[in-house]
Order: sequence, then structure tokens, then C-alpha cells
Amino acid sequence: MAASPASLGAHAGGNPTAAPTPLFTYVLALADDALVLGHRLSEWSGKAPMLEEDIALSNLALDLIGQARLYYAYAGEIEGLASGAGRTEDALAYLRDEQVYSNVLLVEQPNGDFAVTMMRQLLYAAFMHPYLQALQRSADTRLAEIAAKAVKEMAYHLRHASEWVIRLGDGTEESHARAATALDEIWTFTGELFEMDAGERDLVRQGVAVDRETIRPIWQATLDRVLREAMLARPADRWMQTGGRKGRHSEHLGHLLAEMQVLHRAHPGATW
Amino acid sequence: MGTARQAAGVPSPLVGEGQGGGEPRRAGSPPTPNPSPQGGGESDLERAHSAAAAVVDPEIPVLTLADLGVLRGVERRGDAIIVKLTPTYTGCPATLAIQLAVEAALAEAGLTAARVDIVLAPAWSTDDITEDGRRKLRDYGIAPPARGAAVRSLFAEETVACPKCGSTDTSRISEFGSTACKALWRCEACAEPFDYFKCL
Repeated sequence: MAASPASLGAHAGGNPTAAPTPLFTYVLALADDALVLGHRLSEWSGKAPMLEEDIALSNLALDLIGQARLYYAYAGEIEGLASGAGRTEDALAYLRDEQVYSNVLLVEQPNGDFAVTMMRQLLYAAFMHPYLQALQRSADTRLAEIAAKAVKEMAYHLRHASEWVIRLGDGTEESHARAATALDEIWTFTGELFEMDAGERDLVRQGVAVDRETIRPIWQATLDRVLREAMLARPADRWMQTGGRKGRHSEHLGHLLAEMQVLHRAHPGATW
Repeated sequence: MGTARQAAGVPSPLVGEGQGGGEPRRAGSPPTPNPSPQGGGESDLERAHSAAAAVVDPEIPVLTLADLGVLRGVERRGDAIIVKLTPTYTGCPATLAIQLAVEAALAEAGLTAARVDIVLAPAWSTDDITEDGRRKLRDYGIAPPARGAAVRSLFAEETVACPKCGSTDTSRISEFGSTACKALWRCEACAEPFDYFKCL
């Protein structure tokens, strides 16, 4: 607690002082989205409503954490090329604080009831599936390879979430009400999926990143199709929450990171 | 990891690597007087290929890596022999176990200069599972993946034959099963539940 500012900086995950490159920032955001949502889903392990879903949610979590690892490893290599000292995937996942996590607010929202979890999953997967399809054509070979791998898994995530949202929305009075409430509550976090900073726009011009705006009509069409069958309606455009990409998070992320990072921080460098 | 090492029958795959034990190593020495690709190098490559190809999947022990289609080639790079593997599912915990088992098998074959590289492209597909692999899966009680199933449209239905009685009167319980690569199905004809290989 009495650490000098210098050692404090070093402790905060060795966040480098050199300005990160746009590619590092971009890849790190993809990684943070996947890891935080993967961790959230893993919280259902052992207590999902039924055994099949317990297994399914753990599988989804595993896919996302696997994808996050590919992104983190690449981000570390990019950082190494730029600064001579890139962090490992573990350092990026476990030794960064909340303020430098750049995931969208949507993925850090608490699981809530099953309707909230499934609606959050639908909103994310309906965006990520076409996004990864497009990213397969990235001018950055490594990103194209990761996308080609991840898009296959994301198709399962989208199908799974869609089926559940339809089942809940077109189910009982109770499940319909919960699905409608869930959609209304988390809709405000979807605006961030389409945010791009100046660095990401440059990457779009270079053919490295995907223009998020081009995904919007596909995302809306998927949602309309699923929500209509679920007897629900896509909410009208309205004011959207923002801040996650810049490290301004809801109170929930700090709690999530504390649980996820405590073991690694308590036993630095431990292996088994 | 223990499973992988036991499967390969070697206590530790990593001990000895890079320490020059076993076969003579030429690390750091100038190119050998016999640079011909046929000059003994090919048999090492072949041995590395056979050793890696025979390693079995820790979660579906009837399938070898060759059956599974994850062995993407063996090549010589300088003094090293590189065995290229591709992961099935990105989060599959067996990927590390498979890598360790291959390293163990290579060490057992005396190929101390061989190492494993994980490659992502082209992304693995269930279409990469060989015909032999499909037959072994069926005999093991897992319905093999339909060819081309990975490219089916997002909400299309699948027809899966029961691996026990062969009936196609089957229904899906869950697209996610006991491992990253399996889905849960049920046969309506013989009433048996069964695993179906999850198509990618």
C-alpha cells in the first residue's frame, strides 16, 4: 500500500508506458470481450437449470476462453514487436486492472436469470457470427486464421441462444415476461458493439479490421427473425450506454476480475 | 496431462529435450557434408510422421491423430523436425494433452530434435476425419459427423443415424455434450441415448 508511484505502475500488470499500437488495442478488445463473456458463462457451471444446459454453457465458455487465448497470444506478440517486451497471455488476462480492460459493457453484465443470460448471448453471437465471417478476409493473416476457427464455434453459439430465446419468448406467460424484460434491460448495452475509435477506423481502411457498421443490417435481420418467432420485438433505437472500450466499466467487472484473477495474483508464476 | 503421457507410455515427454541425450545432435554445427534431402533425413521425417500419427486422442481413445485429421504435416527446418498439429476446438483441453503426447512419442522414437508447432490454418473441420476414423467412431458408439455438415445453413435440421441400431428416427437432446466435440442425441427406435460428433 505504501508503494511508490513507480512500483505501483509496475504492479498494475506491468502496463507499458509506451503508447499501444492500434492493432494491439484492437486485438486486445476482441480478447477482452471473449474472455469476460467466457468467464461469465462459466459461472453457470454446476448450477444451470438442467444438466444439459450446464454442460452447454460450460462448452460455450470454453470456446470463448479458447478464442480469447488466441487473441491474447497474438496481442502479446504485437506488443513485443513494438516495444521489445510483449506480455504473455496470462499476464494480459490476469495482471491488468479494470481500467485497462476494454471489453464492451454487454459482456460483463451479470448472468441474471436464464433469460438474461440467453438474451445477452443472442445479442453478442448475432453480432460476432457475421463479424467473424467478415474478419476471415482480413489483410492480417493471423486475424483471418483466428476468425476462420472461431466463426465455426460462433455458429453454434448463435443457434443455441436463438433456440432458447424462442423457447422462452414463445413459452409460458412467465418465461415470455422474463425474456421481454431481459431484452429491454440489456438493449442499452448493444450500441457499443458498433463503436470504433480512430485507430480501429484506420485498421478498417487498411483492410485489417471489419467496419462494424456493415454488420448492423445483418445483426438486425437475425434479431428480427429470432425475436419475431419468440413473440418479441427488437426495441426502438434509443440512448446507448458507452465507456467499456475506454475502461469505464459498470461496477460488475471489478467483481468478476477479482474472482478471476485472485489465484494468479496470490501465487505469481505458480505452475502445476 | 497424465493421461496423455500414460497413453504414450513415457514418463515425461520434455525431459531430455534440448540436452543432447539420445541421438547425436548437430545443433550449432555447420551444415552436414551430406545435404541431400534423401540423406537419412527422410527416414527421420517418416519416423516422426508415424510416431505422431499413431498417438491417440485422449478423449476418444479409438481415434489416432491420423484418423482425426489434425496432423498437418512433418517438415525439416534447419536441424529441427517440425510436427504440425491443428486444434479441433479452440478451447479443447485435449489440445495440450495431444501436444504433450506427440512430444512424448517423438522422444520415445529417439527424435530429440523434433518439436510440435500448432497451426491454425486451414481451420480443422469434421470433414477431415478419415473414413477409417468414421468407422471406428461408429463402432465405439459415437455417431460420426455428416460430411459437409459444417456448412449447413444456420437453422437447418440434421439427420443422424443411431450408431447402435442404425435408425434415423433420432432426436437431438443438446448440441453440447460431455466434451467440446460431442453433442447429445437419443434414438427413438431403440431408446438409447448416444453421442454425435459435433460438426465444425
